[in-house]
Amino acid sequence: MSESKTIDARNTFCPGPLMELITYMKQANVGDTLELLSTDQGSAADVPEWVNKVGHEIVSNEKRGDVWYITVRKTK
Amino acid sequence: MKILVVGGGTGGTILANNLARRLAGEIRARKVQITMLSASERHMYQPGLLYVAFGQMMPDQLYRDQASLLEFSIDFHVDPVEQFQLDQNQVKTKSGKTYPYDVLVIATGSRIVPEEVPGLSEGAELFYTEEAAVKMYKRLREFQGGKVAIVVGVPHKCPIAPVELVFSLHSYFKTRGMLDKVKIKYHYPIGRIHTIENVAKWAKPEFDRLGVEYETLFNVKDVDAANKVVNSEEGTQAEYDLLIAIPPHRGMEVIEKDQLGQGGWIPTDRHQLTMMGRDNVYVLGDTTNLPVSKTGSAAHFEAEVVAENIASIVKIGTPVRDYDGKVYCFIEAGHDNATYAMFNYQNPPDLKPPNKSMHWFKMSYNQMYWSSVRGLL
Repeated sequence: MSESKTIDARNTFCPGPLMELITYMKQANVGDTLELLSTDQGSAADVPEWVNKVGHEIVSNEKRGDVWYITVRKTK
Repeated sequence: MKILVVGGGTGGTILANNLARRLAGEIRARKVQITMLSASERHMYQPGLLYVAFGQMMPDQLYRDQASLLEFSIDFHVDPVEQFQLDQNQVKTKSGKTYPYDVLVIATGSRIVPEEVPGLSEGAELFYTEEAAVKMYKRLREFQGGKVAIVVGVPHKCPIAPVELVFSLHSYFKTRGMLDKVKIKYHYPIGRIHTIENVAKWAKPEFDRLGVEYETLFNVKDVDAANKVVNSEEGTQAEYDLLIAIPPHRGMEVIEKDQLGQGGWIPTDRHQLTMMGRDNVYVLGDTTNLPVSKTGSAAHFEAEVVAENIASIVKIGTPVRDYDGKVYCFIEAGHDNATYAMFNYQNPPDLKPPNKSMHWFKMSYNQMYWSSVRGLL
């Protein structure tokens, strides 16, 4: 059964939101979704770039207030 | 009150010493008892491993007896915890003993897991253990030239290490007059050459100036040691004659076994540093799941906050400080220059140009660490 998890990477400069996402993607199972919370403006572009390059799936990518909410599904 | 510190690394040692001083009166009055459980009778200065890998420090310079670093009032035992029984406020150890507590501090650190990447242990040099650092130095001494590939596992301890490694390699080959025979290529997991934007902005032109090549969005999938090729999750390949890896890490096995946190990282309140759902359990350093660098520096600043808060709880019944995410990292920019990155949850680092003074400050800190970990700096 697939799971959903939220990664709170707001207000962090190191290891940073994308590195946090990669860490949790390695621990996740195929089909799991991870929601990344980021205050780094770069996340809106660099997270989808990595997700698409590896071949996972962007479920949603939106900004609410000062926070980016990016949901990713592990596909392999 | 029984205060139990599990882990004798940087965070646990600074915490215990700081607390022993703050609560000296209560300890003398037998109202407070501080006990430390560690897996080792020796304490390693882990940042020194990079110097061992380049022949600049000897392994015996990395160690002190743990007991010699602790305040006399701390009851120290080499007896690793094998089971955390948090509902009973006690732990069970390898020797079979049970240690009850009123306040528990978990500072068990992290471990390398190169075996999680097929072929990495066979194909790559590492410098995250004494044995591996010595082996890497011997390999560097024998190396006659060719392609040097650097790859980075996720997550990893000391996020500055990958760029320090590049600059150290360049200095090493330059000193040996081999730069014309060596091509260094750096591979990094995210879309820029370092996770800290200001470090990436500084390092990129430095790499260009030194002739270091780089590829980003490169996460190691496996290593074909026979054919000397690294395959990435992103579908690219890196050929090498000498492969040096920053290995992926996990928290300690007992943390995972007792289901305290996925990956061995314990869910932790980012300001109070308490374990989520457990107000009498604190978590320090690499053991947390916080989005903070896994470094001795973070453990140090966290330990000071936790010590002050446990002491204030004993004295006035309430904590007095929040951890603000502070981290300070030296950055060796070769064998004779260095700079630093200091940041917290709210403020990114503002990198200064590397200089010789900062390098010598780092070299001094390599000795001053032993005063720092005793809680004297």
